[in-house]
Amino acid sequence: MIALVANPTRAVYAALIATLAIGWALVAFDGGTFTLNDLVGIQQRSAALGIVAVGQTLAILAGSLDLSVAYLISLVSLVAAETMAGQSSNILTAVVVALGVSALVGLVNGVVITKLKVHAFIATLGVALVIRGVLDHLYDGPAGRVPVDFQQLGYARIGPIPVAAILWAAVAAGVWFLLRRTRFGHRVYAVGGDVEVARLSGVRTDRVVIAAHVLCSLCAGVAGLLLASRLGAGAPTVGTDGGYDLESIAAVVLGGTALAGGRGGVAGTVGGVLLLAVLDSVFNQLEVNSFFKDVVRGVVIVVAVAVYARRTGRRAS
Amino acid sequence: MLRMTGIGKSFLGIRVLRGIDLSATAGEVHAVVGENGAGKSTLMKILAGVHQPDEGTVEIGGQIRSFAHPVEAQRAGVAIIYQEFNLLPERSVADNVFLGREPTRRGLVDRAAMDEATSRLLDELDEHSFGPRHLVKDLSVAQQQVVEIVKALSVDARIVVMDEPTAALAEHEVDLLYRLIRRLQGRGIAVLYISHRLREVFDLADRVTVLKDGAHVATVAATDVTTAGLVKMMVGRELDAYFPPRAEESAIGEVLLTVRNGGNGKLDGIDLDLRAGEIVGVAGLQGSGRSSLVKAVFGAEPFTRGEMTPTRPGSVRAGVAAGIGLVTEDRKAEGLALNQSVRDNALLVARAIGHRSRAAVSDLLERVKLAPPRQETEVKYLSGGNQQKVVLAKWLTVSPRVLLFDEPTRGVDVGAKAAIHDLMRELADSGTAILMISSELPELIGMSDRIIVLRDGRVAGHLPAGSAEESVMALAAADGVAA
Ligand SMILES: Nc1ncnc2c1ncn2[C@@H]1O[C@H](COP(=O)(O)OP(=O)(O)OP(=O)(O)O)[C@@H](O)[C@H]1O
Ligand SMILES: [Mg+2]
Repeated sequence: MIALVANPTRAVYAALIATLAIGWALVAFDGGTFTLNDLVGIQQRSAALGIVAVGQTLAILAGSLDLSVAYLISLVSLVAAETMAGQSSNILTAVVVALGVSALVGLVNGVVITKLKVHAFIATLGVALVIRGVLDHLYDGPAGRVPVDFQQLGYARIGPIPVAAILWAAVAAGVWFLLRRTRFGHRVYAVGGDVEVARLSGVRTDRVVIAAHVLCSLCAGVAGLLLASRLGAGAPTVGTDGGYDLESIAAVVLGGTALAGGRGGVAGTVGGVLLLAVLDSVFNQLEVNSFFKDVVRGVVIVVAVAVYARRTGRRAS
Repeated sequence: MLRMTGIGKSFLGIRVLRGIDLSATAGEVHAVVGENGAGKSTLMKILAGVHQPDEGTVEIGGQIRSFAHPVEAQRAGVAIIYQEFNLLPERSVADNVFLGREPTRRGLVDRAAMDEATSRLLDELDEHSFGPRHLVKDLSVAQQQVVEIVKALSVDARIVVMDEPTAALAEHEVDLLYRLIRRLQGRGIAVLYISHRLREVFDLADRVTVLKDGAHVATVAATDVTTAGLVKMMVGRELDAYFPPRAEESAIGEVLLTVRNGGNGKLDGIDLDLRAGEIVGVAGLQGSGRSSLVKAVFGAEPFTRGEMTPTRPGSVRAGVAAGIGLVTEDRKAEGLALNQSVRDNALLVARAIGHRSRAAVSDLLERVKLAPPRQETEVKYLSGGNQQKVVLAKWLTVSPRVLLFDEPTRGVDVGAKAAIHDLMRELADSGTAILMISSELPELIGMSDRIIVLRDGRVAGHLPAGSAEESVMALAAADGVAA
């Protein structure tokens, strides 16, 4: 048990399995069943959050954070749906434009943080407000139309596995690989661990932070595309309704990544997202009051972080 | 190989360097000495591309270079070991060594190559106590210093700068460093060596450059100058090389603190009496539990077994309230609020415990000889030695009855060192009990009224004032294994 808790990534997976088991027992006791279909449903629902959280992991590991993802998701869903305008032939263009917009927002975030030296919290909050202003001004409801072909992304399955889950897995695997095996990944950890040390070691720290933000925004963009395909249209509130900004940060932290940066990784984040999703489904099955649900989620996150802090605190001393 | 000419630099309108010339040839060890705040580290940071000079030029291998970023200096063959540690605690040794220059194979980081190269360098240094995959946070301070050195070596450097590399090393590790420097020299590398320990300067250097108040005083061949002469150039006056006189038997008063059979995770069976008016030295090798002992007495990592009077601090606050102060070994992490001003730091303890009679900060800074005594400067901008003086000032505000010093003069210049020694003795004479750890044996022996030697977390023995270095070492290193 102690060995399990010593490593946050393992701890979160242990918690995940425990929650699944307890959830399954509770649901069974309640007279329901927890089927493979439910598991697949969990995948389906957590894919969008999962993709955003993987991006958020990059930003947080680099010692930053991104509060603009929720509004960016809304913006991307609208840009994509409007560009597609119901035509399958427009899909490619729409995806390129949507990701282009995302990358641009990430670039702005990164440049404001590094060159103007604005704290990430304020910088990305500012960008979030700017996007909100644009959205409020231009839209007052869903707009654009996503062709049926593109809706496959949100609903189709390959065998029992939803395409959305595969997309999430691919993004997570890609970022995991990036962090573990590339120079960029090593430098993300270095910059998040200590910017000054990284700089004095010859790392061009600004570039690393900017790149992390661009990738984080791209992930949000992918999530935005996924949500647009589900809705069949773009919606100015799809990102904020899902609470993707704070929720993604919560998932990252639940997965054992240090909010201050430099420690953690994608594997933990995936576990964190799944844990939140499993909790959700168990509560849904049990038809628990939604306020109580939030209370439990809040407690879980705080307890998890407290446990990690204890472990790392003791090792440092 | 290297020629720096007319270097000048100001920070926020305050001039810290002017008209500095410094050169080094291949295979030369060139020492740079001067008081705290003289500008040694700043000059090296200019060479390393961390700061850009306001005036003057840097020439390497006959070519004028200007570095906008440390990475450019690195590529030009400059490697530097900074005065303050520059490692990522959460990353492995190999990751740290190759940070910013990770070798790649087909575009991917080649971990095997990193590990192998790191192992080879560690072998070269005869360092077998840890490997490339260990996390830096699990290493001791001395081991971390070795990692810094390996990091500098792994760059194919033509110029290696060492800014007080021995400050954190034990005696036998210093020998290792010497050998290493000789090897670098043999390879035709120019070594710039900064240290406050003049013995090292004479052991190693071919030439010595003296800086004072940001100006160039002299560059001389090491053979053409004596220690006293060097000190005079640095300090601007003669300085006697003696420690203040020890306490008279009769001046040693009542017992202020006792520990009986104290123990915790790192210590066992500790008996200790500290009397008013005496300075007790603590000797021991790295890892013998010296720092653990002072932390336990202070309450930062309390004793879990045994008795302690008058109180048994279970927390830092309790320790401070009981009149115990600790000047820590790691001032950056444990001693100072780096983003706050000198003044705020000096008042840190007094404010924390709501101490009324705050001595005037300017008097305190004068007592610890902080120069220049700018109270509003943020502590992170102070030179290493000056930071240490601020830590001292912090405790003087509350006049503790028992004061614990962990390496009190690490990184402190000769003049200030003498001042700190005088201050410690003055405090003792006025009735404070002092417990002092020092890895510098001459200091330990010169200052202590008696010496406690620790080994593996236990008291290995007691020695009287003025014992020989050999007897201390023999006791510290079990069964006579030379350390
Ligand atoms: N970034 C900075 N901003 C403002 N002042 C600075 C900065 N860096 C250094 N200084 C000032 O420059 C002066 C020289 O500092 P430096 O660190 O070079 O001294 P040093 O000779 O290395 O001293 P020490 O022996 O204590 O390490 C000091 O007065 C210091 O306060
Ligand atoms: Mg210095």
